[in-house]
Amino acid sequence: MKINQECAVALIAVLLGLLAGALLMVLAGNNPFQGYLYLLQGGLMNAERIGNTLATATPLILTGLSVAFAFKTGLFNIGAAGQMLIGGLAATAVGLTLDLPKLILLPLVVLAATLGGAIWGLVPGFLKARFNVHEVVATIMMNWIAYWTVYYIIPGYFKGAYLETESRKILDAASLKVDWLTNLFNGSYINLGFFLAIIAVWVIAFLLNRTVSGYELKAVGFNRHASEYAGINAERNIILSMMLAGALAGLGGAVFYVGYASNMQIGVMPTQGFDGIAVSLLGLNSPWGVLASALFFGMLHSGKGFMNAMTRIPPEIADTIIATIIYFSAAAVLIERLWEKVIKGKKESVNALEINQDETNERIGGAR
Amino acid sequence: MDYVVEMLHIRKEFPGIVANDDITLQIKPGEIHALLGENGAGKSTLMSILFGLYRPDRGSIKIHGREVNVSNPNIANDLGIGMVHQHFKLVHNFTVTENIILGMEPKRGLMVQLKAAAARIKDLSERYGLNVEPDAKIEDISVGMQQRVEILKMLYRNAEVLIFDEPTSVLTPQEVQELMKIMGNLISEGKSIILITHKLKEIKAIADRCTIIRRGKLIGTVEVGATTEAQMAEMMIGRTITFRVAKEKREPGPVILKVQNLTVRNNRRTIGLRDFSIEASAGEIVGIAGVEGNGQTELVEAITGLRKAESGQIYLKGTDITNLPIRDRISSGMAYIPEDRHKHGLILDYSVEENLVLKSYYQEPYSKKALLNRESIRQHAAKVMAEFDVRAGRAGESSARSLSGGNQQKAIVAREIDLNPELLIAVQPTRGLDVGAIEYIHKRLVEQRDKGKAVLLVSLELDEILNLSDRIAVINNGELVGIVDAAATNENEIGLMMAGVKRGEHR
Repeated sequence: MKINQECAVALIAVLLGLLAGALLMVLAGNNPFQGYLYLLQGGLMNAERIGNTLATATPLILTGLSVAFAFKTGLFNIGAAGQMLIGGLAATAVGLTLDLPKLILLPLVVLAATLGGAIWGLVPGFLKARFNVHEVVATIMMNWIAYWTVYYIIPGYFKGAYLETESRKILDAASLKVDWLTNLFNGSYINLGFFLAIIAVWVIAFLLNRTVSGYELKAVGFNRHASEYAGINAERNIILSMMLAGALAGLGGAVFYVGYASNMQIGVMPTQGFDGIAVSLLGLNSPWGVLASALFFGMLHSGKGFMNAMTRIPPEIADTIIATIIYFSAAAVLIERLWEKVIKGKKESVNALEINQDETNERIGGAR
Repeated sequence: MDYVVEMLHIRKEFPGIVANDDITLQIKPGEIHALLGENGAGKSTLMSILFGLYRPDRGSIKIHGREVNVSNPNIANDLGIGMVHQHFKLVHNFTVTENIILGMEPKRGLMVQLKAAAARIKDLSERYGLNVEPDAKIEDISVGMQQRVEILKMLYRNAEVLIFDEPTSVLTPQEVQELMKIMGNLISEGKSIILITHKLKEIKAIADRCTIIRRGKLIGTVEVGATTEAQMAEMMIGRTITFRVAKEKREPGPVILKVQNLTVRNNRRTIGLRDFSIEASAGEIVGIAGVEGNGQTELVEAITGLRKAESGQIYLKGTDITNLPIRDRISSGMAYIPEDRHKHGLILDYSVEENLVLKSYYQEPYSKKALLNRESIRQHAAKVMAEFDVRAGRAGESSARSLSGGNQQKAIVAREIDLNPELLIAVQPTRGLDVGAIEYIHKRLVEQRDKGKAVLLVSLELDEILNLSDRIAVINNGELVGIVDAAATNENEIGLMMAGVKRGEHR
C-alpha cells in the first residue's frame, strides 16, 4: 500500500511537471496540446525514434541505478559523472588499443569500463569507511580528477585524426552498436548497451532484495551502529557499495561513449551523471522505478528536437519540464499530504498500531 | 465541581483498531493527575487528541467548563495546554533563553529583545524553583536541567495544564527527586499536571488521582492515597502482577565469562574503565549496579566487541576473545540486549522479520548459497513472535519503527534469547517499559539463568538489580567497588557502594 502511494506521488509529480510545461507553452504563445503531441511523436513516432529514445535512456538507466543503489545503502553518489568518464576512457582505451575479434574485444571493453568506474567508486568508499570523509565531497573531487585525466590522456594517446579535442573513432569491433539492432530500428542509435542496462537493473534488484549481501548493504545503510552490533563489517560494505555504484556508472560510460557515441571528447562533464540523481529520485530509488523514469526522461530528451522543429516551442521547454518534475518529486511530502486530503477525504490514514511513541512526539514537535 | 480540563466520552478509531473507546478524563485545578496504561493502551492517542493532533470521532473537550474545538496544537497552546516531551525539543547550540523564545521571539523592529526575555525567564525560574541559568547553552547543561528548560518553555507560554510524558525515564534518581519537588511548586502556584507514566512508585509518591486505561478502554479513576500499587498494577494489566520474580536457589556451574584487569577508554579518550575484573558462571545472574556513566557502557562494549580494550583480557568459556571480531563473539555464544534499542538493537527501517534474523541471516536456513530464504525468515518470525508475544500491526512484515517501545524491546529479547547463547548480556533491558512487559522480560532473564546460562545484567534501576541478581558488582568511577551476594545485601548498602564507599568502610 505504501509502495502504491509512492508510485502515485511520483506520477502526480510527472503530471504536475507536464502541466507546468503546458502553462509555459501557453505563456510563450503556443498550443500545449500540439507541443506535447510533437514531443511524444518525436520520441515514439517510428522505430528509429523509439530506438533513439531507448538509446538516450540507456546511460540514464545506469547512472540512475548507480545513484539509487548508493541511496539504498545509505550513500549519496554524486560522482556518477566522473565514474562515467573513467568508464568511457577505459572502454575507449581498450577499444583503440587491442585488435581482437568483436566477440572477445567487446566484453573486454565493457569489463574495462565497469572496472574503471568501480575504482572511481572505491576511492571515496574507502575514504568514507576508514576516515569518515563524506562521500559527497570525495565523489565531487573524483569527478574533477576524471575530467582532467580524460583531458590529458585523450589528446596525449588517442588523438583523433582531425581534432585535438577528441579521440579517434573506435572500430566496429569495439562498439556496442550492432548492425542487426541498428537496422531493426531503422538506423537509430540504439545499441547493446540497452540490454546491458536492463540486465543491470535486474541484477541490482535481485542483489538488494534477495541476497545476503543485499541484506548487509542495506542494513549498513539504514543503521551502521546496529549493523556493527550484529557483527556486520560495516567498512567493507560501505566500500563494496561505492564500488558497485561506481561500476554501474562506469558501465554507463561504456554505453554512452562506445555505444551511443563512437569517440570521446575532452572538456565535457557528462550531464547524464547528474541527471542520474533526478532519475533515481523520480524512480523512488528502486531499480525498476529507475528504469521507468529513465525511459521517460529519455523520451523527453529525444522528442524535444522534433517538437522544436515542428512548432516554435524552444527545446528548453522539455528541460524545464524535467526540472519541474524533479522539483515536484523532491516536494513529494507536499504531494503526499495533498493526496491524503483529497483522495482519502478526511479519514486519517494512520494505523494506530503503527504509531509509536517517538513518532507521535515527532509529530507533536513538528506541528508546534 | 469545576474541572480545568475535561475530555468526555472520547472515541478514536484507526483502521482496524479502536485506540480510545469512550474515555473520560477530568482534571481538577491544582492536581497532579496520573495517566496510567501499558504501551499501546491509548495514552498517547488521548493526549494527542487533547493537544490537537487528532480529531476525536466522538466525545468532547471542555476547558474550564467551556466546550472547545482543539483542531491544532497552536490552539492547544492558546488554551494553556503545554506538553513536556519525553525526548526534548531543544536546539543544542542555542542558549536556554534562545530555546525558550524560539517561535515567539519578542521583537522591537528587527532586534530580538533577548535581555527582556532572559529577565522574564529568570523570574519564572525563581518563582518555580527551577534554578535554570538563562544564558547557559543547552549542550553544557545536564539532562535534568534540559527538562526544566522544557518546563520553562511551557510556563513562558503561560501554560496552565502541563502534560509530562514519561518525564523520569531519562533522569537519575536524584534528578527524579528534584523533578518531584518542582512539580509540587507548579501545583502550589495553581498549575495542573497530567503525568503519563508506567512507574507506579512515582504515581504513589506525587499524584493525587490516577486514571487507568487498558487497551483503549477506561478502567477507572482512583484516588491515589486510597489505592495500593498492586491494585493499580492489576487495573492496568488486567491480572495480578508479581513484583518479585520467583527464583530458586541454584548452585552456579563453570565460569562462562571471565574479565581480567580490563581497562577501556571512553568516548573522550580518557580511561572510562580501570583494571576491572569480574566473573559470571553458568546458572547465575550477575548484576552491575552503578550510577549512569560510571563505566558500564565501556565494560559492556569491550566485552561485546563494539569498543577496543586498552589492556586486560576477556575470556568466554576459557577462550581469549579480547581481540575477536564481533561476529566471532556472537557465534561463540554471546548474546547482547543493548541499552539503546534504536541505535544498536534494531534497524528501524527493516521489517520485524528482518530484524529477528539480524544476527543469523547469513546462516541456514535463513539463507543458502548467498541467497536469502524469505520463506524461512517469515516462518521464523511467526514462531518467535508468538513465543515471545511480540505484537505488531502486520505481523512480521511491519516495520520495526512502527512497533511500540515494549514490543520493540520484546523483539530484541526474542532475537537474542533465540540465539541460545551461553552468555546473555542485558543492559537496561526494561527501560521505559510498562509493568507487564517488565515482568515478562524479567521472567525470561531468570529462565535463561535456570537453563544454566550466564547472565550479565546492567541496570540503573536498583530494584531490578536486587530482584534478579545472584551476585551484584558495584561500579563507581570506572572501578569495581565490590561484589556482594544479593541475598545478603540491601538497597542501602548498594546505594553507598554506588557512591564509591567500599564495603565495611561505612560501618
